[in-house]
Amino acid sequence: MTATLHEKFESGPQTRETAIVCRGISKEFGKGETRVRALQEIDVEIFASELTLLVGPSGCGKTTLISIIAGLLNPTAGDIELFGLSQAQLRGEKLVQFRAESVGFVFQQYNLLPSLTAVENVAVPLLIQGMARPEALNAARVALDAVDLHAAVRQFPNQLSGGQQQRVAIARALVHQPRLLVCDEPTAALDAKSGQVVMDLLKRVAVQPGRAVIVVTHDDRVFGYGDRMIAMADGRVVSVSDESPPRRSGEN
Amino acid sequence: MNWVAWKMLTGDRAKYLGTVFGVAFGVLLISQQTSIFVALMRRTAHTAIDVRDASVWVMDPHQQNADEIKPLSESELNRVRGVPGVAWGVRYFKSLARAKIETGDFRQVILIGLDDHTMVGAPVKMVEGSLANLRRPDAIIVDKAGYEYLWGQEPIRLGRTLEMNDRRAVLVGICDVTAPFQTFPVVYSRYSQAVQFVAAERKVMSFVLAKPQPELAPETLARRIEAQTGLMAKTRTEFLWFIVGYYLRSTGIPINFGITIALGFIVGTAIAGQTFYLFTLENLKQFGALKAMGVSNRRLTGMVLLQASVVGLIGYGLGMGMTAAFFESTSTVTALAGFYLPWQVAVLAAVAVALIIVLASLLSLRKVLVLEPAVVFRG
Ligand SMILES: Nc1ncnc2c1ncn2[C@@H]1O[C@H](COP(=O)(O)OP(=O)(O)O)[C@@H](O)[C@H]1O
Ligand SMILES: [Mg+2]
Repeated sequence: MTATLHEKFESGPQTRETAIVCRGISKEFGKGETRVRALQEIDVEIFASELTLLVGPSGCGKTTLISIIAGLLNPTAGDIELFGLSQAQLRGEKLVQFRAESVGFVFQQYNLLPSLTAVENVAVPLLIQGMARPEALNAARVALDAVDLHAAVRQFPNQLSGGQQQRVAIARALVHQPRLLVCDEPTAALDAKSGQVVMDLLKRVAVQPGRAVIVVTHDDRVFGYGDRMIAMADGRVVSVSDESPPRRSGEN
Repeated sequence: MNWVAWKMLTGDRAKYLGTVFGVAFGVLLISQQTSIFVALMRRTAHTAIDVRDASVWVMDPHQQNADEIKPLSESELNRVRGVPGVAWGVRYFKSLARAKIETGDFRQVILIGLDDHTMVGAPVKMVEGSLANLRRPDAIIVDKAGYEYLWGQEPIRLGRTLEMNDRRAVLVGICDVTAPFQTFPVVYSRYSQAVQFVAAERKVMSFVLAKPQPELAPETLARRIEAQTGLMAKTRTEFLWFIVGYYLRSTGIPINFGITIALGFIVGTAIAGQTFYLFTLENLKQFGALKAMGVSNRRLTGMVLLQASVVGLIGYGLGMGMTAAFFESTSTVTALAGFYLPWQVAVLAAVAVALIIVLASLLSLRKVLVLEPAVVFRG
């Protein structure tokens, strides 16, 4: 069961390893009349070996924040440090390479390539890194096993249910052993049952020593899966709780 | 990643086939129309093409093509022969004549008179009979297509006769020559006889055909003849382009074909470009996901180019295949004789496809390259 911050500190606070540090991150979109201040001076820390939930109402800036954390978007102001690397150290080609090697992505809409089978989709991050196809496909099979989708190896995405597709996406996000996994509303398109399976996988399989897992959600049914919860509103962090609220009964 | 690009492309059958057929259709239009255009232009120059044993043509300086002829006088033959470096010079007669067959039906024919002694300019390829028989009294040789124009599908029968200028002519052979631009039969006879197959005129010699002495270039001789006689002299190649140039300038043929070929290019580009562009647009989310997952713009460019090249190559192959099949299936049609697919046209079509592909991929690439990877998180 989820270890609370309390328990962790009791077992030794030195085990908590900082993965990501955001200092004064702001992000504005547009200019003049249409200017939107999506993030305002965010200071936040994300730890490795934990599942961090990022929650808050729609439009509060969650997606923008994880986009910045995952190196997809540049902040308008502020600094970000990823595994000890500063923004200055992660520019252009370096940043692209960092994403390829160290970040896994899970999207609300799965974003699997429709003309690739499940196992081929999972192999893509390894192919991006230049691994030969047979090895990549072998590793992908192992990753699919880990998300209990052994039987779906040769299926195309449109032959799979939403929950299965999201599990393929999780396997794809983990196949290259990234240090950071970002998931944007991974359960939003799923029914309650599939959502729980997905969250359970993220909790059980994705969280590994040294890896930071961030899950954006506004689905309070999954709050219980977090080791830590960062709540946002209106582009600001409003609370950080190291103790997730207990899961409501009847959902597990 | 090239493999992923290939899968993305072929995974969407309908789009893939649509794009391939767009290119194929463009290639078909371009290569088929260009081939026919080239063949028509060759036909206009059939006179120059079919005389292989003389390398210099001498004619009236005001002549503009090989069909409207202002004859030379006999004395001009001697003046040409007198130019230093001329190995030999002979008469060549070309005129339109009216030929009446046994049934009374008649056709306009292209009548060619060959020098009685040397037979310079005689057809190279005989289908039936022999060239030597042209020396017999009243003998004529008709080209294969001409025989059909005159006598229809009847089997070839030597010895049958026709009448020109109320004089009897006896068929002694069938030859295979370049089809003329006007689909008229080509009738060969000896010079002395040919001039009697048309109404008498004061001057009759259409051309002087000449050959330079061994070490002399035809161009040099042609210039020398011009300088010395005031006549117009052209090498075989110069004469060919002279005639083609005339038809290009003074007929609507190049414009008509130019329009069709341009249409082929535009339609091909539009269909292929449009479907390929749509294909890329529909895959924009996948490209975005790949971008987020760490595929650089350079590799995405490579992927799009690969997809476009595959489409281009297959479309090109299909299009050329269709053109080849067209010419193959029409190779027995007399009216289309000499229509074939020159390799230069294949190269031209390849260049056109390359352009189509580059245009189509540039259009799509712009979208892919400016794509913010962060869009993958947006619904
Ligand atoms: N590319 C963009 N251009 C303009 N405004 C944007 C863009 N992305 C996000 N926003 C705005 O920023 C705010 C935060 O958006 P987002 O991070 O998507 O919120 P959440 O993920 O919490 O729903 C919203 O007001 C949204 O409209
Ligand atoms: Mg969002």
